[in-house]
Amino acid sequence: MVAAVHLARASRRFGATLALDAVELEIAEGEFFGLLGPSGSGKTTCLRLIAGFDHPSQGHVEIFGQRCEDLPPYRRPVSTVFQDYALFPHMSVLDNVAYGLMVRGTGKAERHAAARDALALVKLAGYDARRPSELSGGQRQRVALARSLVTRPKVLLLDEPLGALDLKLREEMQVELKSLQKSLGITFVFVTHDQGEALSMSDRIAVFDHGRVMQVGSPEAIYERPAVPFVADFVGGSNVIDGAALALPGLPPGLYSLRPEKIRLGAGDDGAQVTAEGEIVAVLYQGGVHRVTLRLASTSLTVLVPAAEARGLSVGARQAVGWRVADMHRMEGAG
Amino acid sequence: MRSEGAKAGLGLKLAAAGGLLFLHLPLLMIVVYAFTTEEKSYQFPPPDLTLKWFAVAWAREDIWEAIWLSVQVALISTATALVLGTLAAAAVARRRFFGRETVSLLIILPIALPGIVTGIALRSAYSLAEIPFSFWTIVLGHATFCVVVVYNNAVARLRRTAPSMIEASMDLGANGFQTLRYVLLPNLGTALLAGGMLAFALSFDEVIVTTFTAGQQTTLPIWMLSELVRPRQRPVTNVVAVFVIAVTFLPILAAYYLTRGGEQVGGSGK
Repeated sequence: MVAAVHLARASRRFGATLALDAVELEIAEGEFFGLLGPSGSGKTTCLRLIAGFDHPSQGHVEIFGQRCEDLPPYRRPVSTVFQDYALFPHMSVLDNVAYGLMVRGTGKAERHAAARDALALVKLAGYDARRPSELSGGQRQRVALARSLVTRPKVLLLDEPLGALDLKLREEMQVELKSLQKSLGITFVFVTHDQGEALSMSDRIAVFDHGRVMQVGSPEAIYERPAVPFVADFVGGSNVIDGAALALPGLPPGLYSLRPEKIRLGAGDDGAQVTAEGEIVAVLYQGGVHRVTLRLASTSLTVLVPAAEARGLSVGARQAVGWRVADMHRMEGAG
Repeated sequence: MRSEGAKAGLGLKLAAAGGLLFLHLPLLMIVVYAFTTEEKSYQFPPPDLTLKWFAVAWAREDIWEAIWLSVQVALISTATALVLGTLAAAAVARRRFFGRETVSLLIILPIALPGIVTGIALRSAYSLAEIPFSFWTIVLGHATFCVVVVYNNAVARLRRTAPSMIEASMDLGANGFQTLRYVLLPNLGTALLAGGMLAFALSFDEVIVTTFTAGQQTTLPIWMLSELVRPRQRPVTNVVAVFVIAVTFLPILAAYYLTRGGEQVGGSGK
């Protein structure tokens, strides 16, 4: 099956900086695909190349097998939901949503009917006559979503779609976007810097750093089996351990990731095969758990400790920890 | 929010009232003397009131010619300014190019320069290039500052218009022309209207630049200036002045209301 979106070794250079470095990416039809990375990692540039607002300096973009060099944004079967929503302030909600059909020459009755359907889809029926300035942030986003969906794009691009919403609304919209994508069956590509959002919404994720794709995979794969230290740290807040430093017989050399919740306080109990001792440098209260940072001889470790066990931990004290070898994941992609 | 110490003292109130009176009483006198029966000097109070000067003014050919010339000059200068000012604003607000700040400054400069400097500069330029003074040399002179007013209004609005809005329009299937028509112009509309009205008003009552760039043509303000030295029928000038006040004041008032809400009306000070 031909990929919905294919970036073929696409690079984008802005002056001296390489914003995107030979990115090779295939996004399958019907996928909910997340582009995850810190700001400046190239994920938004990537989205703009697909939308056609920007062009690769090298390489090319294909959408459903069609090369896009000569396709302006308005000829591409993609639609973008902008981070700032980019609603037209001088138009009513209905006219905003109907805009894509209006410029295609669809008759007034027909486009208004389609726009009302799209508004119903995002649960904004009855808001036709409002102006964007009269809506809340969440409602504006739904309008932007409806406006993008009304032209029936094959690929929907979402740039930090939930970035401007408060936590509660964000969680609601995560569920809604996900179910919307399922019922419509179109490909969603979304950009986020929030690893939790990427993990909970995506079918697959590409993790970006410094313009390069560090790893592509399912949320489980990215979280459980990071390929490189950057992914381990950025996606899971995992510890990165040099195997050589542990001096365990039979352990292949290389870098290992270890999830902070897999480390236990104390040495020698519940089958821990690796132990270490270090000085506590920070204890952060995080609701149900405490995030404890230990400084060891060569590295530092982050440990998630259930609140009940965290009593008595104080900064400056020495603390033994232990974990199982099976919980350590060797990062194949690292050096 | 009003804190206790914020109430203005009596002295400040009197000073403010005095300032306002000083600014606006002379205007009132202009209006009053349009109705006086005394035609040789301005004596107060007017000996009697009459409407006959309106009839006299109405019948005078030279007034109509001056008004018509001023309207034409203002209309054409404003139209020129609308096109050039909008284009310049689009270039400066949207693109980054070498010397952008300099270009921006050079566009705004004519409104900061005293009119007499603009006037002398244009006059020397015209004679160096051997361009005879005409209707068009006046229009060109006026356009120098009309462009600034339109440019300032348009550039302020464009800066507030999110670039993503234009991308959104293209993304939804609109080509460049449709984006201009349905998104860009409606957003610029009131800014251009306000800029255009101000430009019209500025051009309509311009004296200094016109003095230097006009040949035999007499615009309305120039006509009034020359009328001041005539001994008879003085109230006719006042009648025309009342007309000018109305014509310039209404567009400025309209421009003020159209751009209310955060946006300043650039260049309204000239």
